[in-house]
Amino acid sequence: MAFTDLVFYVFAAISVFAGVRVISSRNPVHSALYLVLAFFTTSALWLLLEAEFLAITLVLVYVGAVMVLFLFVVMMLDINLVSLREGFARYLPVGIAVGGIIVIEMIMVLSARYGDMPKPAPHPASYSNTEELGGVLYTVYVYPFEIAAVILLVAIVAAITLTLRRRPGTKHQDPAKQVAVKREDRVRLVKVPSEPRQ
Amino acid sequence: MLESIQTFWSGLPLVMQILAKIIVIVMPLMLAVAYLTFAERKIIGYMQVRIGPNRVGPRGWLQPIADALKLMFKEIILPSSANRFLFVVAPVLSIMPALAAWAVIPFGDEMVLSNVDAGLLYVLALTSVGVYGVIIAGWASNSKYAFLGAMRSAAQIVAYEIAMGFALVGVLMAAGSLNLGEIVKAQSGHAGYWFWIPLFPLFLIYFISGVAETNRAPFDVAEGESEIVAGFHVEYSGMTFAVFFLAEYANMILIATLTAIMFMGGWYSPFPESVPVLGQPSMLWLFAKISLFLLMFLWFRATFPRYRYDQIMRLGWKVFIPLTIVWLVVEGVWVYIKLDPWFA
Repeated sequence: MAFTDLVFYVFAAISVFAGVRVISSRNPVHSALYLVLAFFTTSALWLLLEAEFLAITLVLVYVGAVMVLFLFVVMMLDINLVSLREGFARYLPVGIAVGGIIVIEMIMVLSARYGDMPKPAPHPASYSNTEELGGVLYTVYVYPFEIAAVILLVAIVAAITLTLRRRPGTKHQDPAKQVAVKREDRVRLVKVPSEPRQ
Repeated sequence: MLESIQTFWSGLPLVMQILAKIIVIVMPLMLAVAYLTFAERKIIGYMQVRIGPNRVGPRGWLQPIADALKLMFKEIILPSSANRFLFVVAPVLSIMPALAAWAVIPFGDEMVLSNVDAGLLYVLALTSVGVYGVIIAGWASNSKYAFLGAMRSAAQIVAYEIAMGFALVGVLMAAGSLNLGEIVKAQSGHAGYWFWIPLFPLFLIYFISGVAETNRAPFDVAEGESEIVAGFHVEYSGMTFAVFFLAEYANMILIATLTAIMFMGGWYSPFPESVPVLGQPSMLWLFAKISLFLLMFLWFRATFPRYRYDQIMRLGWKVFIPLTIVWLVVEGVWVYIKLDPWFA
């Protein structure tokens, strides 16, 4: 067994373990942290496939941004664990059935389409995964790529409009106005005649 | 003599060679961190018309050593009902990315530990992972102050990372490569050829976001000693605290180095190559630029009062991100018309 095989099995094992712990750990913060671990090990597996752009982007986007917000919310919420675990035994058979069906489906789809996957051949040293991806994305798949970008933009705008509430009563500062204030706007000199001594 | 060293070096196994290189990078880095704390106290001292530490060793030069020894021998206190494992792991999570990012930093033409093609992305990914140390520390401490610090830090880092990423996209467009060494080589020449001129707004935004990302004044709401005592590391003592401290300063040096590499021409001299001695590219120029940016970090801290939290968010989301997007469009036009001498 080559060294890379060993690395693959170690990371794959950690990844599966982390995946199981995501759904089995009692504390939701621990679950989120195990999900981070799963992302890291998956990105290590992608690195083994010489897909360094995808691997680093996975860490950058999911670990660096998405999971930070996730943790933010999970830590802020005081989740009642007892009520969450109440129906566990009742729903377990359904869960196992759904999970089993998904596993069988994936085995059927993947084995039918790919069958015996050949071992990926190592690329020459000059191969750049980033360039390769960029070349394909901006030439062959340029329209799907642009459409996906526009859909994402629409989603962003929609999310912002959903949370945008106009509350006329609130007092807030306008820094531009604050900076533009002149002495004349604020200071008024009043001449007060001095009273004669009694 | 030199030849025997060379044969000895090439006879070493690859793992040993890499380990030796790592030591050659990390040891000076740790020393630099120690003396950066000393420089900070001295420089801010002089800025505030004080003298600063001057008791330990000649002119206070042994102060950081004394501080390190003191922290090492202090007891590590675990707060009651803290999450033990995460409490101890948090400082490690905070220093690990700060050190790992140095693997792709080029110090000279071929002087880099790992010549990675996606170096810029790697650095961006690692600096964004550093926030986990802060968040986990705040949560695992089981303390309200620590938790507040962690929450502030999480929101702040997510906001500024986007602006930072866009600034890096600008560098990427100008250099046409994600490799940090290639980025420096794209700026070869005197100061007029460096990217800080065409990318000036991005340069400012990157550096300011870097200050925010390292939780330094005036963006240090995660620590905010006048409001939440010491923020996320309020429960940490002894060596665990020292590791957070090391991570913060190592990150400062990292941001200063990246700014020097991406916008200020790395190891190239600011003078034209025709100038004797001074015009030659050298590692010393890189160190001089890093020192300049580190001085800016300290200068900011001595000059500006802490930003209010809503002002930080406003600056990040409503000023920096729109500005970077606009500048990317401007830069796109310049790249298209091949503006001399940067995009030629």
